[in-house]
Amino acid sequence: MSNTLLDFAAAIGSGAVRVVDLTFTLSPDFPVIVLPPEFGQAAPVRIQQISRYDDAGPAWYWNNLTFGEHTGTHFDAPIHWYTGKDLPNNSVDTLPVRDMIAPACVIDCSAQAAQDPDFLLTIPIVEAWEKQHGRIPERNWVLLRTDWSKRGWRDYANLKDDGAHTPGPDVAVMRWLVKERGVIGFGTETIGTDAGQAGHLDPPYPAHHFLHGGGRYGLQCLCNLDQLPPTGAVIVAAPLKIEHGSGSPLRVLALVPNS
Amino acid sequence: MIEPLKRPRRKNPLLRTRLPTSPPRARSRASHGFTLAAAEGRFMLQRCGACGTFAYPARDACPSCLSADLAFVDASRKGTLLSETTMRIPADVHFRERAPWRAGLVALECGPTMVAHLHADCQEGQPVTMSLQLDKSGQAIAFAHPERETPNMTDDKQWREMTADPKFRRVLVTNGRSAVGQEMVSALKAAGASIVFVGLAEPWKPFHGEEALRALEGVQIVPLDVGDEKSCTDLAADIGGKVDILVNTSEHIRAGGLLDRRGTSTVRDEIDQSYLGFVHLAQAFGPAMRFRGADGVNSAAAWVNILSVYALANWPAFGAYSASQAACLSMSHCLRAELRPSGVKVVNVFTGPLDTEWFQTVPPPKVAPRAVASAVVSALKRGLEDVFVGDVAEDIRQRLAANPKALERELGG
Amino acid sequence: MPNSVRTPYDRVVLVAPVTIPYVRYSIESAQWWVGRALKALVDSAGIAPRDIDGFCVSSFTMGNDSGIGLTQHFGLCVRWLDTIPLGGASAIAAVRRAARAVQAGDADIVACVAGDTNHVDSFRHTLENFSRFNQDAVYPYGAGGANSSFALIARNYMRTFGATREDFGKIAVAQRANALRNPNALMKAPLTLDQYMAARPISDPIHLFDCVMPCAGAEAFLIMREDMAASLKLPAVRILATIERHNAFGSDPVQVRGGWAMDVDELYAMAGVKPDALDFVQTYDDYPVISMMQFEDLGFCKKGEGPDFVRQHDLTIDGDFPHNTSGGQLSVGQAGAGGAYLGLVEAMRQVLGTAGPTQVTDARVGLASGFGMINYDRGLASGAAILARAS
Repeated sequence: MSNTLLDFAAAIGSGAVRVVDLTFTLSPDFPVIVLPPEFGQAAPVRIQQISRYDDAGPAWYWNNLTFGEHTGTHFDAPIHWYTGKDLPNNSVDTLPVRDMIAPACVIDCSAQAAQDPDFLLTIPIVEAWEKQHGRIPERNWVLLRTDWSKRGWRDYANLKDDGAHTPGPDVAVMRWLVKERGVIGFGTETIGTDAGQAGHLDPPYPAHHFLHGGGRYGLQCLCNLDQLPPTGAVIVAAPLKIEHGSGSPLRVLALVPNS
Repeated sequence: MIEPLKRPRRKNPLLRTRLPTSPPRARSRASHGFTLAAAEGRFMLQRCGACGTFAYPARDACPSCLSADLAFVDASRKGTLLSETTMRIPADVHFRERAPWRAGLVALECGPTMVAHLHADCQEGQPVTMSLQLDKSGQAIAFAHPERETPNMTDDKQWREMTADPKFRRVLVTNGRSAVGQEMVSALKAAGASIVFVGLAEPWKPFHGEEALRALEGVQIVPLDVGDEKSCTDLAADIGGKVDILVNTSEHIRAGGLLDRRGTSTVRDEIDQSYLGFVHLAQAFGPAMRFRGADGVNSAAAWVNILSVYALANWPAFGAYSASQAACLSMSHCLRAELRPSGVKVVNVFTGPLDTEWFQTVPPPKVAPRAVASAVVSALKRGLEDVFVGDVAEDIRQRLAANPKALERELGG
Repeated sequence: MPNSVRTPYDRVVLVAPVTIPYVRYSIESAQWWVGRALKALVDSAGIAPRDIDGFCVSSFTMGNDSGIGLTQHFGLCVRWLDTIPLGGASAIAAVRRAARAVQAGDADIVACVAGDTNHVDSFRHTLENFSRFNQDAVYPYGAGGANSSFALIARNYMRTFGATREDFGKIAVAQRANALRNPNALMKAPLTLDQYMAARPISDPIHLFDCVMPCAGAEAFLIMREDMAASLKLPAVRILATIERHNAFGSDPVQVRGGWAMDVDELYAMAGVKPDALDFVQTYDDYPVISMMQFEDLGFCKKGEGPDFVRQHDLTIDGDFPHNTSGGQLSVGQAGAGGAYLGLVEAMRQVLGTAGPTQVTDARVGLASGFGMINYDRGLASGAAILARAS
């Protein structure tokens, strides 16, 4: 057991364990969630140069940053939704750090999503996946692969005159994943753990509703899920330790055995 | 007879750029009555309150009765050209570069004589129409046009020095997403702009009017998020040397003041989009515009801000918006002073509530986006600096001049 | 002769006409040029500097000095002091002020000096600070100098009275002929009417030879009691009459006459002579058109008859109307405020018979006039003096 960690480090060094970056670059032009204009909006990423080896700072380069907690590739904590507001240890600074390293099950729905931007993950689809890959273990991430991250920004946000049309989970599967499978969290490639039209579901935004109501987490704007095996990858997702934070942009890494 | 202005050829990249020079800048304090008039497109002279005599040049006591009551009033623009001269070898650098230059002496209908720059079609002994304009030093001068319209009148070489006519110039409209922005693009094309760049932030968000905008000839949509300093500097790297006129149509309007809001996220957006956006644009595009203030027919000529008239007097119902506009207004004066030596004008177009969604509940009169666009083009063609569009803006201007404290109470409800 | 109500200039005379030869550009200061003139005055009059108890100076390039600074600079202890900023009318004004002071016993020996340097940027600096009205209402229109203001006046005058460029040319050509006899004149080449007509336009209708050439130089004289001049054995000049008028005819839309026209009758009444009795006339010639106006306004012809007058007369030294016998500013050069004194000092030499190469035969009485300070659209200052040899 004592060698496991050293073996693990050596494996990364040798490439026996691949490190896959599931994170989009945090940049000002990355699409952000668009709420009705009357609501407060998430701040877009702003990078303000303080100096760059110039008269403002001759030997150094550094920036000030502005972004919302839910900008770019980011983590949602239970306190983010009203259903999780009263749970203990529900903000990014108080949630257990051991939850930041956990295995992942990757469910490939890229074909369905290519056909239907409003594709919803359902219990039967997950059960069919489980027939192939085994029951989803407790305290695993479930990541919904749609290859949405490969789209151009316009199609990525896919805003029509009735809102966004992007894939996500339906009500039943979310309730089931939290209650019946004990997932640690749900991750998507899209803006939001919920589908673009999830406001019309009952309850609305079921991923947020049930994940955070169950003290579980969300990950969104992931990429490179197509480089992950259906099982066996381990996710490192450590949000910034923001005081009473509801989430944060972060570096999401997948550790994958190189087979 | 004015020859029609020729479309300028592409700039020769091997030649040095002619740098801006200023006509003589010094003026007495009393003379700044003309600055105010020229900024707004009015023709005003000092008139003695005691004896009614009009006096010119500006002075501190009536030359007829010595009264100190010499307020500036609107005066008749009519005059007759008494005498003219064409300066072939002016001693002043600015005019020497632009020689031959024609000036004359006009007998004003209201009494005084006035030395003035002349439109080429003015003839000795003939009636002229006077105006006050801001020259390339940003100071007021008198200009005489022939009384009757002549062909290609706005192409007059000396008139073009006093104005920022969009004809044959390249314009950046910073935000094409709004109705005002789109009307602005159309109005500028109609006024003869050779190309209109239209800035678009968040291109992944569709918007009303997008198809029509993309289909326009001589209009090029460019990525521009004014809230992002890098977006501004990147665009300036590409087209900064080609922006002759910049019209800032950034718009971020939300209702609300202080106590009816919680937190500062909306205020932050207002500051980010309006104030910081202005700062980013100025720092990105200002230097090249300042450099090109004398660069030929399509020299850099103007920076236009479309501001709420409530920048001048806070309207609490839109209190945070008013404050962000006030911040922009103050900064625009800073920009105006910094650009003045280059001859690039900073034009502020003040408008009352627009007839657009964010002022939906406000009762009329409201300003149609087309009227804003039209006012901007008119301001550029007439060389104005401070423009008030629509009845509400004009009303606020008058009330503010009469008694700002009364206006403060009236706006506060 | 009808008498005027003006007090005659009895028992006071002008002596010691001094010219410090002009140069186009000088690195010296105006103070240096004024100092040269003062030295020449004391040498010429055989007095010591400390004998000067009155001082009057005119200059555009003294920087932050006025007359008072110069008293310490030159070691003058004076009981009468004036700095006269009237441009081309400064000499006439100096005579009027100083003569009355000497008559009243307020001073015994007054030095009247005008001197200016000419650095390469003197002209520009002088203009920048010339007047508020010029700053506000003239320079913004491109002139950068007086040429355009006088162009507007000239053009109006030509249209109104039918003067032609040839008429103005005749004045300039005659003055050049005179100047060729003046070793101090900066212009040394002859000038024909064809050359005048073909010259480069500056500001229509003003062409190159309508303009004076700014230069460095100084002119001066002393004013004292007649008996003192006699005891010093100095040839003396009497003042028969003077006039001075500023901002006359303000209601003329464009300037067509100078202040002299208001007081010309008084000038001749005080002098006790008629215009045709004068042996020479030194007008202030910043531009030929202004000389032509002086012919009208100083009584030699009626308003509007100037062109005809010029066509009818020979303006050279030996002609029937000797005019600007030294060559005038147009051919000698304009040494700043020295230009005001040029005609007066030449007039002194003419009546004293010491003009040398430019002497008009048997000149005994003549007129010198001054004009200047173009403010906004017209020259404001004017004056004239009729001088004669003291018997």
